[in-house]
Amino acid sequence: MALAADAVTLEVKGLGLARGSRCLFADLDFSLVSGHALILRGPNGVGKTSLLRVLAGLTIADSGSVVLQAARVRAFAPHVRDNVLYIGHANALKDDLTVQENLADQLALDTNDVTLADQLGALDAVHLGDRRDMLARRLSQGQKRRVGLARLRLNCGLAHKSMWLLDEPTNALDEQGSALFVETVNRHLSMGGAAVIASHLPLGLSGPVAELQMQERA
Amino acid sequence: MSLFKYSAPSSFYPLAGKLVPWFGTLAFVAAVIGLYLGLFVAPEDFQQGEVYRIIFIHVPTAWMAMFIYLLMAGYAVLTLVYQTRLSAMMMEALAPTGAMFTAIALWTGALWGKPTWGTYWAWDARMTSTLILLFLYVGYIALVNAIEDKKRADKAGALLVLVGSVNVPIIYFSVKWWNTLHQGASVSITQGNKMAAIMLAAMAIMAFACWMYSIAVAFCRVRAIILEREGQSQWVKSIKEAVS
Amino acid sequence: MSAVLPRANELTTPERGVWVAMRRDLRLAVRSKGELAQALAFFVIVVSLFPLAIGPESALLKRVAPGVVWVCALLAVMLTLPRIFQSDYLDGTLEQLALSRYPLPVLCAGKMIAHWLTTGVPLAITAPLLGLQFGLEGRELMVIVAGLILGTPILTMLGAIGAALVLGVRGGSILMALLVLPLYIPVLIFGAGAAEASMVGVDVTANLSLLAAMLLIGMVVTPFAAAAAVKISLD
Repeated sequence: MALAADAVTLEVKGLGLARGSRCLFADLDFSLVSGHALILRGPNGVGKTSLLRVLAGLTIADSGSVVLQAARVRAFAPHVRDNVLYIGHANALKDDLTVQENLADQLALDTNDVTLADQLGALDAVHLGDRRDMLARRLSQGQKRRVGLARLRLNCGLAHKSMWLLDEPTNALDEQGSALFVETVNRHLSMGGAAVIASHLPLGLSGPVAELQMQERA
Repeated sequence: MSLFKYSAPSSFYPLAGKLVPWFGTLAFVAAVIGLYLGLFVAPEDFQQGEVYRIIFIHVPTAWMAMFIYLLMAGYAVLTLVYQTRLSAMMMEALAPTGAMFTAIALWTGALWGKPTWGTYWAWDARMTSTLILLFLYVGYIALVNAIEDKKRADKAGALLVLVGSVNVPIIYFSVKWWNTLHQGASVSITQGNKMAAIMLAAMAIMAFACWMYSIAVAFCRVRAIILEREGQSQWVKSIKEAVS
Repeated sequence: MSAVLPRANELTTPERGVWVAMRRDLRLAVRSKGELAQALAFFVIVVSLFPLAIGPESALLKRVAPGVVWVCALLAVMLTLPRIFQSDYLDGTLEQLALSRYPLPVLCAGKMIAHWLTTGVPLAITAPLLGLQFGLEGRELMVIVAGLILGTPILTMLGAIGAALVLGVRGGSILMALLVLPLYIPVLIFGAGAAEASMVGVDVTANLSLLAAMLLIGMVVTPFAAAAAVKISLD
């Protein structure tokens, strides 16, 4: 089955990971293509974050394989770094930098092609426009999360990092923020991107969505 | 299973168990012969008298101090390049023995130095670099013990040993350079006579004994490490059941 | 909302990666001026303790000055090492760096340069003032500065490896000292050696060349080692 060269494919086979003596997951199989999203569900401590980190190439799995764009995911491999955008629990914000500087620094890690006008537009869209020169230390938790949302909005579609791996992205976001998030992900999916999202909450994405229920293990 | 591709602790565990008594016996026998030759058969040194006999402990342990670090560097490469778990366990098993030999080499050196040079410690190039080697061992042991996640501890320790081993020649060279710059403190062992064949033989046998001892102890320790790490796996559980 | 961004591979050259990481850390260092000043103050205070401990006799003070200045510079650099990765590790930035389009060694190199500019260089500039207190004179002071300029980047580079290895480890800072100090010995020997050579009128180029050689080797090797250490700590 031939897919377009730019299409996103993620294939996971027999994935297993243990931390210490505890097995987090074993023999995990799933796949994901362009325009689709996968929601990870399950109670705390079940290994959702660890799974996302394995997919991002941050953690090395004990067994099985992850294949992204027809190439095997190895720790910090260039094709993973080119395609994966991972946003974890931490917001990666620097307290001593302003909102706009933080956004610019995060974007600068992947491209130097985002103009200031683009950035300000994205900050306006997530309702941080009037706080762009405020130090990040003075933002609320939800506002900090919104900086990441601005980054996502500038990242939509295939052309940029096409595989989003998001860990509890709606944490601390209010209703309006969550709606913005859903809209952003929908746009990303409709432009051919793909996403794996760990979340407790129903998100209400419009595209084709699969769910993976993760089980507590002995 | 790719996990067991390069190293299989489950099959190494019984093998090491069988080999330990052999290496242990060899170490004991060689040590007895070596010490007998060195302490009773070898002639008295006409300059230093009886005191020189500490050389039969001092020199083999000083050799081992260096060899074991080199060996650990080799295992470090295996750990980082091939991700083999057993090599990292061997590093962890060897480090205390290496540190012990380094400490013995320093201790016996000091005991030897007092009657011959008149001082326990001199900042001579060899002693100083051996002391630094001891620091490197201590650093490795401290790092590996401080990291709770064993997988991470293995790799971090391997990287540290590798960086250290690249530095060992630089350290040795710099200390030697520094020592010749400061003529005052420098002392050297003047070998008045050619070493008798019997002395060489005693020293070689003692070195052999140290090797055998190191292997036996490292295998014992690696068995304990394997049990600790793989306590949850099926084969360890079956051993436990067989024992109880 | 902006248009779709172009594929950025051709935009992410290694030089740019060094610049991106360096600019970021420099800006952060400037914003928290306190930290910058603290390392310098530590350096000055500890050096000033020595005359109080060993007495004001000027010949003796001059004799030990190069060693004192070097050991204190080494300790001051060591105390600042956590700055390279620690806060980035805690707030999630380090993961973002590791997953950026730039290779991690390139970003580590940028961070090392930023660290050196904000610690090594200020220390080297301050050192002559302290040397004067110990009775050192023109040429000797210049050799100390030259040695520190060549030597402190090596301290930063080796230290970055140690700092990355202990990320998130309990009792990390003392552990880091254990790991890093033995590796610092050659730099100490050649750096203080150059200063001493200048005092007894011996040619100083041998010591300084050795420092320069170590610096060159370090520039090639240590960004990769530091990146490897970061990856190990993130796993």
